[in-house]
Amino acid sequence: MQKQSVFTSRWLPWLLIAPQMAIVLAFFYWPAAQAVLQSFLMQDAFGLSTVFVRFENYKELLSEPDYFAAILRTFVFAFAIALSSLSLALLLAVMADKPLRGVALYRTLLIWPYAVAPPVAGVLWVFMLNPSLGVIAHGLRALGIDWNPLLDGNQAALLIILAAAWKQISYNFLFFLAGLQSIPKSVFEAAAIDGARPMRRFWTVTFPLLSPTIFFLIVVNIVYAFFDTFGIIDTMTRGGPAKATETLVYKVYSDGLLGGNLGGSAAQSVILMGIVIVLTGIQFRFVERKVTY
Amino acid sequence: MANVTLRNVRKTYPGGVEAIKGVDLEIGDGQFCVLVGPSGCGKSTLLRMVAGLETITSGEIDIGGRVVNAIEPADRDIAMVFQNYALYPHMTVYNNMAYGLRNRGMARPEIDRRVREAARTLEIGAMLDRKPKQLSGGQRQRVAMGRAIVRQPKVFLFDEPLSNLDAKLRIAMRVEIRKLQRRLNTTSIYVTHDQLEAMTLADILVVMNGGVVEQIGNPLAIYQKPATTFVAAFIGAPPMNLTPIDAAEATARQPDGTGAGGAILGVRPEDLALTDDAVPAGGIGYELTVEAIERVGAETFVYGTRSGAAAAVSANPGELPPGEIVVRLPGQSAPTIGARVRAVAPRDKLHLFSADGRNRLGG
Repeated sequence: MQKQSVFTSRWLPWLLIAPQMAIVLAFFYWPAAQAVLQSFLMQDAFGLSTVFVRFENYKELLSEPDYFAAILRTFVFAFAIALSSLSLALLLAVMADKPLRGVALYRTLLIWPYAVAPPVAGVLWVFMLNPSLGVIAHGLRALGIDWNPLLDGNQAALLIILAAAWKQISYNFLFFLAGLQSIPKSVFEAAAIDGARPMRRFWTVTFPLLSPTIFFLIVVNIVYAFFDTFGIIDTMTRGGPAKATETLVYKVYSDGLLGGNLGGSAAQSVILMGIVIVLTGIQFRFVERKVTY
Repeated sequence: MANVTLRNVRKTYPGGVEAIKGVDLEIGDGQFCVLVGPSGCGKSTLLRMVAGLETITSGEIDIGGRVVNAIEPADRDIAMVFQNYALYPHMTVYNNMAYGLRNRGMARPEIDRRVREAARTLEIGAMLDRKPKQLSGGQRQRVAMGRAIVRQPKVFLFDEPLSNLDAKLRIAMRVEIRKLQRRLNTTSIYVTHDQLEAMTLADILVVMNGGVVEQIGNPLAIYQKPATTFVAAFIGAPPMNLTPIDAAEATARQPDGTGAGGAILGVRPEDLALTDDAVPAGGIGYELTVEAIERVGAETFVYGTRSGAAAAVSANPGELPPGEIVVRLPGQSAPTIGARVRAVAPRDKLHLFSADGRNRLGG
């Protein structure tokens, strides 16, 4: 079968991709270009004068210890969120892959949290863990834990990681379940006959066969932790207390929109853009190819 | 080396569907038992119950003098070859074969010795470092066999292992499996829906239908004396011609009275001859209009419709449509289509079954 379409006209192909190109240009490239441009400019607080400062914004950013703290924090968050949501989702998926009574209901319920918008998820957790009225906070206090994420930075960070990971479990679960179901049952049966106990079966058969899915999800979860946690952070802690939950994305927002430093904020987004490009590159290069079978 | 004995084995699924309705079977040490039947007859379920992959609702499965009902598949000392081979896609051929031995904590040199020996036997020595996806269907099949034989189990279980191969390879592998099994002298249970495979491989043939065993025995004995019309139609290609006969004729043929309610008369295609002679005493003759002819070289199949064809017999799979008779002629000569011919068979070539097809009448 011929895969390539052949056009006799030179202009028709361009015309056909024009709508798609228009959208990509207007919503992706133009704002990106604006950000790059902005990152070379410095504006006064009232937006009255704009000066071209070249790399001044970047220099200032990279001399700021706060910025490196935010980078480290973001990586810690990303690692913690990816690890906890991936391992929990895998556990749940392995359980839900078994022939259970009412398995459809069970699976549906596990997928539901994904339909909850990040800010709503944030609010839910805020309420449950609010030091004065939260249900869970009450329980923690009863256990003798001095729970106050409004004051304790580590607790606030834990709160963000918890909410963000919870939100992502459903997504990971869905992919793991699909991945598990694409492995022929007879392979597990063969392993069972071959004398592999359930744990060994998991580590020597299930896990390696899921590795393409796991790799893909690691990248997706890191991207999620980097960028999509904004809604959760904004509703739960607003980056506080004392910037303890300020990730790179939140810092772009707070420095630019709240702090009025548009140039610096733009420089940060350009760096973030670079990170996304690298992550996407990794994904394309390895995930598409690093399939073990 | 072990006997396998099934005692009134039943399987009922949670929904209430009864897949296996009481099977008794005795397979001697080193025998090759083939379970054959149409899809959905329960043969694979039965095999998986022996393997321990399906629970046993009631009855007992005994392997080598040990009831294994509550024993894990890993501890039953069996090896299984699956229809889709079920190789571990992420492991090399070597590791695929070594996996079961490693799980049992066997010493490395012994594993290596066994894997290499199996690879030599199956002529896959050059592929030990490859992954399953780099192999052809036939090679994968050999790896699956290799994985079974390195374990040196008491029993081999085969679940339609050849059905994913092309016709030529299937025949070659069929012969190899039989040779291998003879040499290793390991008790084997083999599931297939292919009656030719069943006939050629089996020491004991078990014909199944609808969760029950229709007949157990030596393949040729089953061919010569099918116990029911289902077996008569299922074993043999083309199938046996089955025609209902009325009570009067049935009583004439079976004077002991068992045919008083009518009967079904069966005759194999090769036992019919086209002739102008009169029907021999006690034999049968069909007046046919030739509808189709199949020439396959060494033999020719003539399909004809009986003039004034009688009503349908039971609609078992594999049976001919009612009123149609097939005749197998040696060589390549055949009448022309549309010709009216007479097909006759002598008395000793006829099979008589009860009207419901469930019992063989007479010897």
